[in-house]
Amino acid sequence: MTVASGTLSATPKSRGPWATALRRLLRDRAAVFALFIFVLIVVLCLLAPVYAAWANTDPFTSTLDAVVHINGQDVPVMEQSTEGLGLGYTPIGPTWQIGNYFLGADNQGRDVMARLLYGGLNSLLIAGMATVVTLFFATLLGLAAGFFGGIIDTLISRFLDILWAFPVYLLAISLSIVLIAQGLNLGIITIESGSLWLPIFIIGVVYVPYVARPIRGQVLALRESDFVLAAIGLGVPSYRILLRDILPNVSTTLIVFVPIMMALNMITESALSFLSIGVQPPDASWGTIIQDGQNLLYTRPMVALAPGIAIVITVLALNVLGDGLRDALDPRSKIRIGRS
Amino acid sequence: MSTPLLEVVDVAKRFSVGTRFSRQGVRIVHALDGVSFTVMPGETLGLVGESGCGKSTLGRCITRLYDLTSGRLRFAGTDISLLSQRQMRPLRRRIQMVFQDPYASLNPRRRVRDLIAEPLRVHTSMADAEIGRRVSELLDIVGLKPDHAMRFPHEFSGGQRQRIGIARAIALNPELIVLDEPVSALDVSVQAQIVNLLADLQERLNLTYIFIAHDLSVVRQVSTRIAVMYLGSIVEMGSADDIFLRPAHPYTQALISAVPVPDLAAQGSAKRIVLTGDVPSPVNPPPGCRFHTRCPIAQERCRVERPVRTDCGPGRSVACHFPNDVVHTS
Repeated sequence: MTVASGTLSATPKSRGPWATALRRLLRDRAAVFALFIFVLIVVLCLLAPVYAAWANTDPFTSTLDAVVHINGQDVPVMEQSTEGLGLGYTPIGPTWQIGNYFLGADNQGRDVMARLLYGGLNSLLIAGMATVVTLFFATLLGLAAGFFGGIIDTLISRFLDILWAFPVYLLAISLSIVLIAQGLNLGIITIESGSLWLPIFIIGVVYVPYVARPIRGQVLALRESDFVLAAIGLGVPSYRILLRDILPNVSTTLIVFVPIMMALNMITESALSFLSIGVQPPDASWGTIIQDGQNLLYTRPMVALAPGIAIVITVLALNVLGDGLRDALDPRSKIRIGRS
Repeated sequence: MSTPLLEVVDVAKRFSVGTRFSRQGVRIVHALDGVSFTVMPGETLGLVGESGCGKSTLGRCITRLYDLTSGRLRFAGTDISLLSQRQMRPLRRRIQMVFQDPYASLNPRRRVRDLIAEPLRVHTSMADAEIGRRVSELLDIVGLKPDHAMRFPHEFSGGQRQRIGIARAIALNPELIVLDEPVSALDVSVQAQIVNLLADLQERLNLTYIFIAHDLSVVRQVSTRIAVMYLGSIVEMGSADDIFLRPAHPYTQALISAVPVPDLAAQGSAKRIVLTGDVPSPVNPPPGCRFHTRCPIAQERCRVERPVRTDCGPGRSVACHFPNDVVHTS
């Protein structure tokens, strides 16, 4: 007894569940690398205005008559087409000179690199905010349904079932088509039709059932757990039980959902933007740039390839990070560790 | 005699299992059926029985974690059987509970300090510094160190965790503590420590215990009176000595005969009664005496008529048609 207490006192500071999880995450090399890549992408996108200022280009206006200075020569951004009948113009290809049409120009003569960074900023912003929207509503609904049960649970669960019955993309596309045309007016909240909040709201809402369901299940199990019964037995009011006993125990699940939902949202955002029902021109996102590059696929493939690669890398990093987070936060992960 | 602290009158609890759409439809589990007893201030009532006999359900009904299906609960003269959870709250500081599994009954994400302070924060308006002092004091009472307050439950052994659970239960100086198998999940050596701690606390704080257990030797050690449960009802009740030395109900006899005896010579002389068959399902309890399917002395009457628990001595009652026909084993 005294020996046991002695060794316990010897540990300098007691490590909480969060600190333990963080240590486990930092030991996971793949997850740390993925986190590094993701942070790098975010920082690069945040530097978009700096890049645009330095390259002296405006990525949101047509500059068909601009001139590029390459190896002491002045070359027009839009070159006379050399293929087929030689009709029309082809934008300049990648110069591989940073700050000087690094990835070439698009159909409007705009610097693709600058647009890629600005577009990344929008893509990340939409994916991130949509994740916040999803997790907020999913937590609210999941907690209420799981904790109060009865008629509240039935109403919420059936509502989620209805939402779930629609294929995600069908729902997102129909919502977008309607809302892009006329904007959203919810009494107090009004969202303009061109606003970024529209795709954020649409993508956020569409995924709510996918998160709310597991949260509800967890709350349902926690509701019957001994420590929640103990809290009820102590006379702790419901709101306090929800806040102190239930929410902290579902928060690990919520955290694991963050990178996974961000990856999913990013793909959905790109799809909507590619279909012209996400981010509206002249604003850019990785989805709209792919669409811009669609017609140039044979002559200037980099316009579509660059944002595509950016999406793949970001989504991959987020998924690897999500796996690492799950392993770090889930106490049962010990069983599943395949890597030695 | 003084007034009872707790009166349990004809309490029943039924759970429904399944839905209309499941194969067997809605089934009713008769977890408790006609349970009555009283608990006097300062005593320890032991509740024993096989697993699934409704001991824990009874404990949770007494603390009103479950609603009663029927019956009455009177605590210190007040009827608490129909109070809502909100109305129960002020009474909760007087009735506390300690759970069986010390790993599941403490929220893994809160520090020991917060776990023990929770009842103080909810029921009193003590200042933070005062709460901190009280937590240290409580840790000391249950045999832990004040610097354990900043740790998380996962840093403790099972016995230490149970001490934390006990500290939480006594924080508000309750009158009644329902101990739901408080030592069953612990090593035998640790069991003794916790049992001693509980006995010590009872004396110091003037507590009344309802001690739920399936380990008869532990129950005998701690209880002043014992109630034996079988399939949701109490079959026999009496002082600890009466139950152990002069069991009247055939089920009690079988239970007592199964307790290992440390003295080998004594064990040789004692006849062991081995029950055949399983406990019948509480979904479909047998008619008549609930025990007749396994009773060695069951007769025709037992299959038809359910025996009522009747007094058969001072503070002694038994629910059996033929308590006198029982073969004495000791």
